[in-house]
Amino acid sequence: MNAKTPRQKMPEQRPEDRKRNFDEVPLGYTPEVAVVEAGRCLQCKKPLCVEGCPVSINIPGFIKEIAEKNFIGAIKVIKESSSLPAVCGRVCPQESQCEAKCILGKKFEPVAIGKLEGFVADYEREVEHLPAPVPGVKKDKKVAIIGSGPAGLTVAGELANAGYSVTVFEALHTPGGVLVYGIPEFRLPKKIVTYEIDALAALGVEFVINRIVGLSESLGDIMKRFDAAFVATGAGLPSFLNIPGEELQGVYSANEYLTRVNLMKAYKFPEYDTPVIRGNSMAVFGAGNVAMDSARTAVRLGCDEVHLIYRRSRDEMPARAEESHHAEEEGVIFDLLTNPVRLLGDENGRLCGVECVKMELGEPDDSGRRRPVEIKGSEFIIKIDAAIVAIGNGSNPILQKTAPDLKCNKWGNIIADETTMKTSVKGVFAGGDIVTGAATVIEAMGAGRKAAKGMIDYLESGSW
Amino acid sequence: MHYIHSNDIIQPTLGKMVVDAPYVAEYRKPGQFIILRIDECGERMPLTISDADKTKGTITLFYQIVGTTTKKLAGMKAGERVKDIVGPLGHPTEVEKYGTVVCIGGGIGIAPLYPISKGMKEAGNKVINILGARAGNLFILEDEMSRIGDDNIVCTDDGSRGKKGFVTDMLRDVMAAEQVDLVVAIGPVPMMKAVSMQTKEKGIKTYVSLNSVMIDGTGMCGGCRVTVGGETKFTCVDGPEFDGHLVDFDNLGSRLKTYHVEEKESYTTYNHKCKLDGAVGDEC
Repeated sequence: MNAKTPRQKMPEQRPEDRKRNFDEVPLGYTPEVAVVEAGRCLQCKKPLCVEGCPVSINIPGFIKEIAEKNFIGAIKVIKESSSLPAVCGRVCPQESQCEAKCILGKKFEPVAIGKLEGFVADYEREVEHLPAPVPGVKKDKKVAIIGSGPAGLTVAGELANAGYSVTVFEALHTPGGVLVYGIPEFRLPKKIVTYEIDALAALGVEFVINRIVGLSESLGDIMKRFDAAFVATGAGLPSFLNIPGEELQGVYSANEYLTRVNLMKAYKFPEYDTPVIRGNSMAVFGAGNVAMDSARTAVRLGCDEVHLIYRRSRDEMPARAEESHHAEEEGVIFDLLTNPVRLLGDENGRLCGVECVKMELGEPDDSGRRRPVEIKGSEFIIKIDAAIVAIGNGSNPILQKTAPDLKCNKWGNIIADETTMKTSVKGVFAGGDIVTGAATVIEAMGAGRKAAKGMIDYLESGSW
Repeated sequence: MHYIHSNDIIQPTLGKMVVDAPYVAEYRKPGQFIILRIDECGERMPLTISDADKTKGTITLFYQIVGTTTKKLAGMKAGERVKDIVGPLGHPTEVEKYGTVVCIGGGIGIAPLYPISKGMKEAGNKVINILGARAGNLFILEDEMSRIGDDNIVCTDDGSRGKKGFVTDMLRDVMAAEQVDLVVAIGPVPMMKAVSMQTKEKGIKTYVSLNSVMIDGTGMCGGCRVTVGGETKFTCVDGPEFDGHLVDFDNLGSRLKTYHVEEKESYTTYNHKCKLDGAVGDEC
């Protein structure tokens, strides 16, 4: 083990190349590089990294297997705790989770845990398949999962493995939730999601697509046919800025923009039928990961000038450092301490500009971040022909509307027990963004794991 | 996949499809719609449900042939399959006893109006149907509607069938002759706007059904947003029916033009591909 070996760099597509394609940006570790990187792990007796992982993967355990070139052994260790390693290796914010806790990071750089996770998951998918898991003894109980995003898929996998009969309901025409409609191909290739879904289907999980629970059939109707349900409908209600001009042609929510491009493959228009505006100059409002995804998508669709407009400063940007770094490398212009005031339209009702005002940071607000304050008289106009509002999502209310006994908080998030994920309705569990508000893939999966345990306990004991 | 029982081009630019969708047929109510995707490359297109047969598990859809997707749809034959249908979506019409209800349908708007008119009649209302079209050969469901209405008025812009004039002219006469308690108007945006202006003056409650740009149909994307009474509403989950007196029709009309350029490009590419291939394959 050599801690002084530098953290192994991930080879990437060059910015000038990747700006013109939707292929993944990191090219992946080679086995040799992965082994070197794994060799950096100190194999701590009390590994802090594991504490930093929402699903408590045995991180030193899988890294040791990589160091010993037993890649399939490594994926086995991960799969004990995580059902979607190829996804998490790519989209988890390791820098604020496992890698933030890595002892090596105090003096040197932390072990590249996420990249190693992605490497072994890719190895398993592309080189040497694990034998399909053998489901537990078939049980005579049926479970409904509503929503097929990361939380729902996690529960589906765990319960199917435990022998339950699992049906997943998905509102869209393809399962995967935000993994499919939200996260772009260049960050999470869709073949990875398809592979995971196919594996669940092979395990006997039934997917019912094009089914929106809560519109015709209510949660109550579902509970008549199933012994338990897991609600994971996600944070699908886009927030808008509530400034004049948001109704103009050319103004998108990030959800709409990304769904057009990712799920509907508008980047292949006109081969695919769904269009999307490919502007010459565009603005993205917000500075989270979704804003970065939107801005980088706009670059790839040929937009010459993509402005990322954010009212606070760089330090407060919620996006992962890696994402904002990639965005800047690809030429996204960061207009920080800048706030949109109104959107301007031409005589045909089409967006043509945004009036902004400069901001400065004042006293800290409730979030502990310094409150941005307008600088009077600093208004200016940026010419744009499309805009994407990426300032977050509320909870989607459809299911709750026809489930009056399902208790929600004032923001419409379902209230669930933190340990078991039980809701106020017997037999119904909930997890992911619909409970926490918009968060990360891995947090949703963590909730899914807790719920799966809670559901198995309930189904075995019958006691609520 | 959804088996197509029949698909007839009943007018030069209008198709009628009867297709398997048992879940929709079971649950649909007047005023609701579906979203359909023809094939892997297809876009998600909202279409109102005109009729359904619970026993057979089928629904009836009318569609105007205006662009790539609807042209593709028109080219599908009985026995083929549509890839995706999701629904029923949106709020059902509030069908109850109002008194006298005037149901106004313009062109293809008669298709979604049909179940509403029927529902209103069954709820004990006096139903007056006003059906309008540009010309006499552009009517659909005329017989079906005439069996429902206590009174049925047909009009055309050119006078080639029924009375000559717009539906608003007919409505004016009806309102002059009797007490009207509710108006339901479905048709082109300018028609719904004109009707709403007319009834607003008289203070008669008016429902219109909007057909906006839409993707998911669950309120997730916000693409279908419309301004109603100064507030932003999503057509897919808050509508598709709204109080006609509060809808910003000009903004709706404008947003519907968002993809004019792309729609032309898509249509040209599609037609070119059809010529090259002779026929469009199964995939896309």
